[in-house]
Amino acid sequence: MDDIILCVEGYAKQFYLHSRQRLIPSAAQVNLTVRAGQLTALIGPTGAGKSSILKGIYRTYLPSAGRLLYTNAQGHTLDLALAGEHHILELRRREIGFVTQFLHCLPRQPALDVVAEPLLTRGVTREAARQQAAGLLERLAVPQRLWGVPPATFSGGEKQRINLARGLIARPRLLLLDEPTASLDAATTEHVITLIQEMKQDGVGMIAIFHHPALVERLADTVVALSPPAMTVTDELIEHIA
Amino acid sequence: MSRKILEVNNLTKIHGRGCPLCLESTGPEADTNICPHCGSVVAAHGVSFDLYQGEILGIIGESGSGKSTVVKTLYFDDAPSAGEAVFFDEDAQYDLYSLNAAQQRSLRNKRFGMVYQNPHLGLNFNVSAGGNIAERLLMSDVAHYGAIRERARSLLVRTEVLENRMDENPKKFSGGMQQRVQIAKALATRPPLLFLDEVTTGLDLSVQAAILDLILEIQHELDTAMIVVTHDLGVVRLLAGRTLVMKYGRVIETGLTDQILEDPQHAYTQRLVASAL
Repeated sequence: MDDIILCVEGYAKQFYLHSRQRLIPSAAQVNLTVRAGQLTALIGPTGAGKSSILKGIYRTYLPSAGRLLYTNAQGHTLDLALAGEHHILELRRREIGFVTQFLHCLPRQPALDVVAEPLLTRGVTREAARQQAAGLLERLAVPQRLWGVPPATFSGGEKQRINLARGLIARPRLLLLDEPTASLDAATTEHVITLIQEMKQDGVGMIAIFHHPALVERLADTVVALSPPAMTVTDELIEHIA
Repeated sequence: MSRKILEVNNLTKIHGRGCPLCLESTGPEADTNICPHCGSVVAAHGVSFDLYQGEILGIIGESGSGKSTVVKTLYFDDAPSAGEAVFFDEDAQYDLYSLNAAQQRSLRNKRFGMVYQNPHLGLNFNVSAGGNIAERLLMSDVAHYGAIRERARSLLVRTEVLENRMDENPKKFSGGMQQRVQIAKALATRPPLLFLDEVTTGLDLSVQAAILDLILEIQHELDTAMIVVTHDLGVVRLLAGRTLVMKYGRVIETGLTDQILEDPQHAYTQRLVASAL
């Protein structure tokens, strides 16, 4: 039991749009656990709230309900829904990584530095960080001629590999993956699968959304099926607010 | 976790004589910052936040929201009407508004740095670019001519001002270059706390980008804590880990910057984010 690093109980997220005075449901009644060295896959149709859960855990969204109990490297458990902002920033720096669907990075920075960046914030020297970044880009088959160029002009698949490399490089304790292989070809997808398997062996706990059911089958230790939040509940809430 | 460097509690600034109804008659709900009873301007009220070493905090809001007032009172350009701020230096802590003028000047010269939107406020246009930096070093007790000149030179090189223009008057510089000199001047004493007030507003986009890159590099290299005041959501997205949203002198929302931009809670912030290009 003590290898559980994240336990989500009753997570829900709704957005309230002031301009329309409307409540938009995004996820409801989500329960899941993530263990060290294991991968929990989220499946379900569009609108089921898969990304919403990842964003809630990362606190890009403020959870509307539920507890997100995270056990940190020192063995302390805290609720990510309530933790202070400095605490969250510290966890993002040291323990929790997020490979988002699209690459958001500092503009004008060469790809190699974008990938190396998480190591720099952990105190690794620039030289060593760049070396590791180069190794990872090589494994993900990103052509060397792109390493010195800012990723803004890259293709979707190239950007995605930069994004992945940046997420994997620092080996976080908990890694959130939002469709990390959506625009990759079969060969590159195989490289990514190998990398994820290595991360699991290293003890990294992961929550992932995958495009292909085949990937869920190959990589997931636990599967959580989600369905879109029920409208009846929302209607009641709307009435409640109105 | 890094240590706290600044704690601000209930900072308030009222321009005018003020009356007992000022506070309840202004703010986002009243939709004004001017008291209808006495005509005083409530520039900021009840502003509280903390700042950690090496952290960049963004303050966004439109003109008149009080965002500049916050940094101006912290830099002692303006005295607050009420509230307190504590600066935690390496080995001492200072209750900013109970210090005397000399003590305040000393902190301002040595431990704080400010970069204004308007270079005329931050630079002395009667002396050269290098002279501007020398002024600040002299005020912080560096007196050796050679040492000052060498430090000024290396700062200007760091902020990418051409070395051979060091002895020119910054009057002749472009807007972007003037901002670089201001940044070099602000950094001269390696202050742990830097205030940036709309530093890229009004500059060409490419120049803005270069200035923002420079600010980020400096934060990486020196671990300087910064408060970045801007009306530009792109600037906080790029620079700030946390953001305060202000309107009519009040903080209406605060959060992690990505949360403010993707899941804004307050009606005003939702409108602000929705109207960004």
